[in-house]
Amino acid sequence: METWEVEFEPHNESEQQNKQDGNTGVNVGKYERIASAVGGGALVGYALKSRSKASVALGLIGAGLLYRGATGQCEAYRALGVNTADAGEDVARDVHIEKSITIGVSPNELYKFWRNFENLPQFMDDLESVTPLDGNRSHWVAKGPGGAKVEWDAEIYNEAEGEFIAWRSLPDADVTNAGSVHFEEAPGGRGTYLKVVLNYNPPGGKAAQLFAKLFGKEPGQLVDSNLRRLKQLLEAGEIPTTEGQTSGREASTEENISPNATEPLAGRAAAGGASFGSERGTL
Amino acid sequence: MKALCWYGKYDVRVQDVPDPQILNPRDAILKITSTAICGSDLHLYDGYIPSMMKGDILGHEFMGEVVELGSAVTNLKVGDRVVVPFTIACGQCFFCKKGLWSACDNSNPNAGMAETLYGFSGSGLFGYSHMMGGYAGGQAEYVRVPFADVGPIKIPEGLDDEQVLFLSDIFPTGYMAAENCNIQRGDTVAVWGCGPVGQFAIKSAYLLGAERVIAIDDNPDRLRMAAEDGKAETLNFADEDIYEKLRSMTGGMGPDACIDAVGLEAHGHTLDAIYDRAKAAMFMATDRPHALRQAIYACRKGGTVSVPGVYGGFLDKFPFGSAFAKGLTFKMGQTHVHSYLPQLLELVQLGQIDPSFVITHRVSLEDAPSAYSTFKQHNEGCIKVVLKPDLRTNGNGNGTVH
Repeated sequence: METWEVEFEPHNESEQQNKQDGNTGVNVGKYERIASAVGGGALVGYALKSRSKASVALGLIGAGLLYRGATGQCEAYRALGVNTADAGEDVARDVHIEKSITIGVSPNELYKFWRNFENLPQFMDDLESVTPLDGNRSHWVAKGPGGAKVEWDAEIYNEAEGEFIAWRSLPDADVTNAGSVHFEEAPGGRGTYLKVVLNYNPPGGKAAQLFAKLFGKEPGQLVDSNLRRLKQLLEAGEIPTTEGQTSGREASTEENISPNATEPLAGRAAAGGASFGSERGTL
Repeated sequence: MKALCWYGKYDVRVQDVPDPQILNPRDAILKITSTAICGSDLHLYDGYIPSMMKGDILGHEFMGEVVELGSAVTNLKVGDRVVVPFTIACGQCFFCKKGLWSACDNSNPNAGMAETLYGFSGSGLFGYSHMMGGYAGGQAEYVRVPFADVGPIKIPEGLDDEQVLFLSDIFPTGYMAAENCNIQRGDTVAVWGCGPVGQFAIKSAYLLGAERVIAIDDNPDRLRMAAEDGKAETLNFADEDIYEKLRSMTGGMGPDACIDAVGLEAHGHTLDAIYDRAKAAMFMATDRPHALRQAIYACRKGGTVSVPGVYGGFLDKFPFGSAFAKGLTFKMGQTHVHSYLPQLLELVQLGQIDPSFVITHRVSLEDAPSAYSTFKQHNEGCIKVVLKPDLRTNGNGNGTVH
């Protein structure tokens, strides 16, 4: 596993600039500050309008977001040891994910399948399409939070046939990201140890990432579930599903449906995957 | 079609639901001819298994006739009569190739949920919670069977539904429980729980060469079946100190192997059983492992504890010191049904066993809700219920044909 380290060559120019923020107490990145201020303002506005008990709590959260947007200082981040001000906006490093799976096909077969990026949406839930451009470049379209589309161009900047592929987004990406996938022959004829390393800055910044974690939409889980789908596709020839199957929830008579049925879970399970939400976790 | 749906603790209903559809190339649709209520369905009925949703169709013991096939199923044809394993397996992954079918890597669409709770996910199961795949079950007129090119076994002419239906679960489950005991000449096997799985474990232990089988329960009907059909010596835990009695019956040594065919809802009359009930009622522990504790304590040194009984969560006061001190071997898990089908079908064909001996109740699908209650309460000597979708209800919710 140690031999799988790949040198990323991220765009480095932000390093010195970040040092200047060192002692100011600022620990929230620029775009995230703007997002915090806008989101916080909206929450405060909503709370002032509706004046219910729940909205008081929302208003307090909103006020906190406004403060952190205005000052660039976040107590929660301080407590958690998080600092997003250090990250240059065009370097993919807010989220770092490493996931492995064993798939019962040879490293070469797996490499060929993956290298044809048009195959990826078959098993990556939130990826809509990958279109090859020229040479090592491709155009990616994914489902973002709230159904919005996010798009970017990416380039393969390093690869070795049957061993690894490394790519990164090009400037002006909706989501700055970089990743690599590694294929190593597994012992005992078990196929391939596949490892994915993924770095990206999610829309909404690190705050969105923390909230996602709190509500169980951890991107690592989504990568896990995507890799599992790849394994299912290549080993079993199909991805198992219950989407579209029958149940009492689709009963023909309304009276049969209990008013207390657990609809939110119903929606999730009917979606057919281990996906716990729509937080994007594709490459 | 009509299907039995789960709505919560002690609440199952027969409903009109849409017919199942082919969703994947390796699917098949069966018209159900016979299906059974399993003891593990009672764990769902009692609300012990997490990740159930209102409206889920129950049932994992079923057989029927193929009425539709996905494009990738070439080994079956419409009209074939098949029994389906309750574990769903792809046949292609590392685990399936090793014969560990119930550990299939590729059949649970909700593997992430099971991984969160258990570290890794087992195979998908029919009608047994969303954590186990959320597949609609077979207590219905029709069912969708995924990976139908791997699971279903064709039934030859001349065998009744009732002789082969239990190949779907309880016969292989009892058989694997006995096989896991690594039975040697002269061995005594003790079986906790004389429900249908316990009954098949008793018969299988003898088939695999056990010298003596001792069956433990507190239900007179089950104990009678264990004695008469199973030829087991029987102990009623309401009347006896099981550990002392087993010790005295085995020359002070203890049984060579102990089978826990009870699982997570064990009940008993000793102090630890009462403590388990209190803890489970307070949601401080999920499983009541009374029978398992007793099996561990009673087993001879170096013996095997085999657990076909279902556990779902956390055990309290687990006597691991006793297990360690005696150097016990533990074997457990969902049954690798696919591995056992050909050989057990052959035993039925040869007449070495007629699995229909466990059936006490035959009812229409529409009367399934009352049958769950009867089975749960052990009323009317109920040990095993078979549901027949084409049987007419007699209208009073009690369409029982004994």
